[in-house]
Amino acid sequence: MRIIVALMAVVAAGFVVGQSKSGNAENGKKLFVKFGCYTCHGYQGQGGGAGAKLAPKPLALAALIAYVRHPSGSMPPFTDKVVTDAQLADIHAFLASVPAPPAVKQIPLLNQ
Amino acid sequence: MAKMSKRSVGRRGFLKGAAAGAAVIAAGPAAPAQAPASAPSGRPAALPPSPAQRAAETLPPAAEDIQIVERPGADYMVDVFHALGLEYLFATPGSSFRGIHESVINHGGNRPEFITCMHEECSVAMANGYAKVEGKPALVCAHGTVGVQHAAMAIYNAYCDQAPVILVAGNISDAAERRGRVEWLHAVQDVGATVREYTKWDDSPASLTHFGESAVRAYQLAMTPPTMPVLLAADGVLQESPAPADFDWRIPKLPKITAPAGDPAAVAELARMLVAAENPLFVASRSARTPDGLTRLIELAETLQAGVIDQQRRMNFPTRHPLNQTQRARAAVADADLIVGLEVYDFYGVVHALGGQVRVIPRTITKAGAKLVSISSSDLFYKSNYQNFQRYQELDLSIPADAEATMPALIESVKRLLTDDRKRAFQARGAKLAEASRQALEQARLAASYGWDASPVATARLSAEIWAQIKNEDWSLVSDTFWVSNWPLRLWDLNKHYHFLGGAGGEGVGYLAPAALGAAIANKKYGRLSVSIQSDGDLMMANGVLWTSAHHRIPLLTIMHNNRAYHQEIMQLQRVANQHNRGVDIDKCKIGTAIENPNIDYAKLAQSMGVRAEGPISDPKDLGAAIRRGIQVAKRGEPYLIDVVTQPR
Repeated sequence: MRIIVALMAVVAAGFVVGQSKSGNAENGKKLFVKFGCYTCHGYQGQGGGAGAKLAPKPLALAALIAYVRHPSGSMPPFTDKVVTDAQLADIHAFLASVPAPPAVKQIPLLNQ
Repeated sequence: MAKMSKRSVGRRGFLKGAAAGAAVIAAGPAAPAQAPASAPSGRPAALPPSPAQRAAETLPPAAEDIQIVERPGADYMVDVFHALGLEYLFATPGSSFRGIHESVINHGGNRPEFITCMHEECSVAMANGYAKVEGKPALVCAHGTVGVQHAAMAIYNAYCDQAPVILVAGNISDAAERRGRVEWLHAVQDVGATVREYTKWDDSPASLTHFGESAVRAYQLAMTPPTMPVLLAADGVLQESPAPADFDWRIPKLPKITAPAGDPAAVAELARMLVAAENPLFVASRSARTPDGLTRLIELAETLQAGVIDQQRRMNFPTRHPLNQTQRARAAVADADLIVGLEVYDFYGVVHALGGQVRVIPRTITKAGAKLVSISSSDLFYKSNYQNFQRYQELDLSIPADAEATMPALIESVKRLLTDDRKRAFQARGAKLAEASRQALEQARLAASYGWDASPVATARLSAEIWAQIKNEDWSLVSDTFWVSNWPLRLWDLNKHYHFLGGAGGEGVGYLAPAALGAAIANKKYGRLSVSIQSDGDLMMANGVLWTSAHHRIPLLTIMHNNRAYHQEIMQLQRVANQHNRGVDIDKCKIGTAIENPNIDYAKLAQSMGVRAEGPISDPKDLGAAIRRGIQVAKRGEPYLIDVVTQPR
C-alpha cells in the first residue's frame, strides 16, 4: 500500500517518464499544432525562450495532464472544455515519439 | 562675408515664383492655348507654354524678387555639425530643411554624410544603432511636423534606450514666409511639443547665434548621462537667408563631457556592504556606456569574486566569464544577500516573479534580509507621462549616478577594505560560481540540441550555425536576440562591447532593421562583420532599409528569423482565449497575427532593392554554406540577406 501511494505521488509530481498507453501519435502531432502547443514549445516540443522542453522523453501522461490543467508561470491553463484527456493522450504519444537528438558531444557546432 | 545680391532668387522670391508656377500649372490644363499634340508613340507631348508662363519666362522680373544668397545661415549650421563631429546625417529629404541639405552637399562636401532613409522612423533608429556602437550621436533631419510624427516611435525607443541622437527638425515659424498650403500644413508653432515627453531637451533657435549655442548645448545634454535624444528646430528662413553681415561665425566651445559619479560617502558605504556580504550579486542593464564599462565591471566582479547577471541592454559582461550567472539568474538572485543594480531600469522585475493568469500576482524571489542597492543615472532624469520608470522598488541604498563613472572609486574602495580572510572567502565563492556557470553552459548546449534537425529551422540551430561561421571574424551582432530565445547570448562567446548592443529601448517594433543598419554603418570603418538576426514582422515595418543598405554599400549580413507571424501576438491571443476558457484553434489564432498566405519572399524583396540574397531555407543543413556566402559578400563591403524559415522562438 505504501509503495502504491509513493508511486502515485511521484507520478503526480511529474518525475516519471512515461509512454502513452493508447495515444495516437499521428493525431497527436496534428493536435499539437491545432491547439497551438508549438507556438511556445516548438514543432518538436524542443522548448526555448517561451516554453519548456516537452520532448523527447515527455513527462508521464498523468503528470502532463495535471500540469496542463494547472500550469505555473506564463502558460495558460487548458481545461477539459478546451482539450480533452483523450486528446492530451494523443499529444503525449506524439511527444513520446520524438526521437532523441544526437548527443551534444557528437554535434561539433555545440562544442565551440 | 555674407552677401545677398539682387537679380537672384532669395527664399521669398523663389517661393513667389513657385507659387505663380503652381497657379499656372493648375490653370494650364483647363485653358490650353491649343489642343495638345500627340507624340508618335501616342503619349501626349508637352503642352505649349501658356501666356502666363511665357510672361513669367520672358518679361523682366521685379527687382525685389531676384536675390542671391551667398552665405546662407545653413552654412553656419553645417559648420556647427562639423565642429560637433557628427559623421552621418540620416534623413528622408524634406523641403523644410532643404537649406541644410544643400549646405551639407555644397558647403560641407557631404559631411555629415547624407544617408538616404526611406522613413523618418528608420532615420532615428539608424542613429540609435549607430550611437550604441560609436558612443556618440549622429544627426537626423526631418520635417518639423510630418517627419517628426513619423520619427516619434523611434525617438521613444532611443529615449528609453538612453541613446544620444541629435534631431534637427525643419520648420518655417514666420507665417509670412510660408509659401502656399503645404508649407502651412508642414509648419508648427512648437516643434518640440510632438516629442517633448520623450526627448531630453529641445529648442527653437530664433537666430544663428542662438542656433550655434543651442546645438552645442543639445550635444552636451544628449551626451551627459543619462544619454538621450534631443531636438533642435531649424527655421527655414534662418537656413536660407544670408547670415547677417556682422554675424560672428565662431562656434561655441564644446566642453569635455564627464559623467556624474556617485557620492563618495555612498560609494564607501556600498564598498563596505560588498566586502562584508556572503553572496553579493551585480545586475547590469546598461552599465557599459562605453567599452570601459565592460572592463571595469570585470575588474569589480573579479576583485570580489561576485556573480554578475547581465540583462544585456548593452554588452556589460562577457558571456563566458566564470562569474557570469545570467543563465541561472533566478537562482543567483535567490542566493544573494546583496544585490547591486547597475543602470537597472526595472529593479522590481529583478527581485519579483510576476505570477497570476489574469491579475498580476507578484512574488518576491529574494531571500529574507537581502539588501538592495541601485546605481543609476536614470534617477537623475525622468519625465512623468510615459511609464518607462517601471514599478517602484524599495531599496536600501540609492546612488543616483552613472554606474560606469562610479566604478573606479568603488573598485578602489573595495580594494582598500580587503583582508586575507575575505580574499580566501572570495576565492571559494568564485570557484562555486565558476562551476555553476560551467554547468549552465552545458545545460544550454544540451537544450540547444533538442530539435537540432527540425524543419522549420530551430532557432538554437540557426544561432549555432551562425556562430560557427563568424567566431573567427571580428564580428558584431547588431540585432536583438529575444526573438530567437536569446540563443546567441547563451551559446556564443561575447566579450567585446560591440559584440552585442541590446534591443529596442521602448520595445517598439520597426527598430531592429534600421538600428542594425545604423550599427553596421558605425562598424564599417573598423572593418567589423555586422550580423543581424532579423525578425520578419519588424523588417516589414521598415524594409526600405534594404535599399538604403544597397545604395550606400553598407556591409551587413542579415539572416531572417522568418516565423511568418507576429508571433508574440499569437501567444498572447492563445493565453487570453484560455483565460476565457474557450481556447482557440490555431487557424483562428492566426487571424490578424500570421504573415502568410501569401508567404513573403524576403530574398526577392531584398533583390528588388539591390541587395544580394538567397532563400527561403528550411533545411538546417543548407545554412552553413549560405552563411559563408553571405560573409564573403559582406566582407567585400556589401549587404547580403538570407531568408531562413524558422521555428517560432
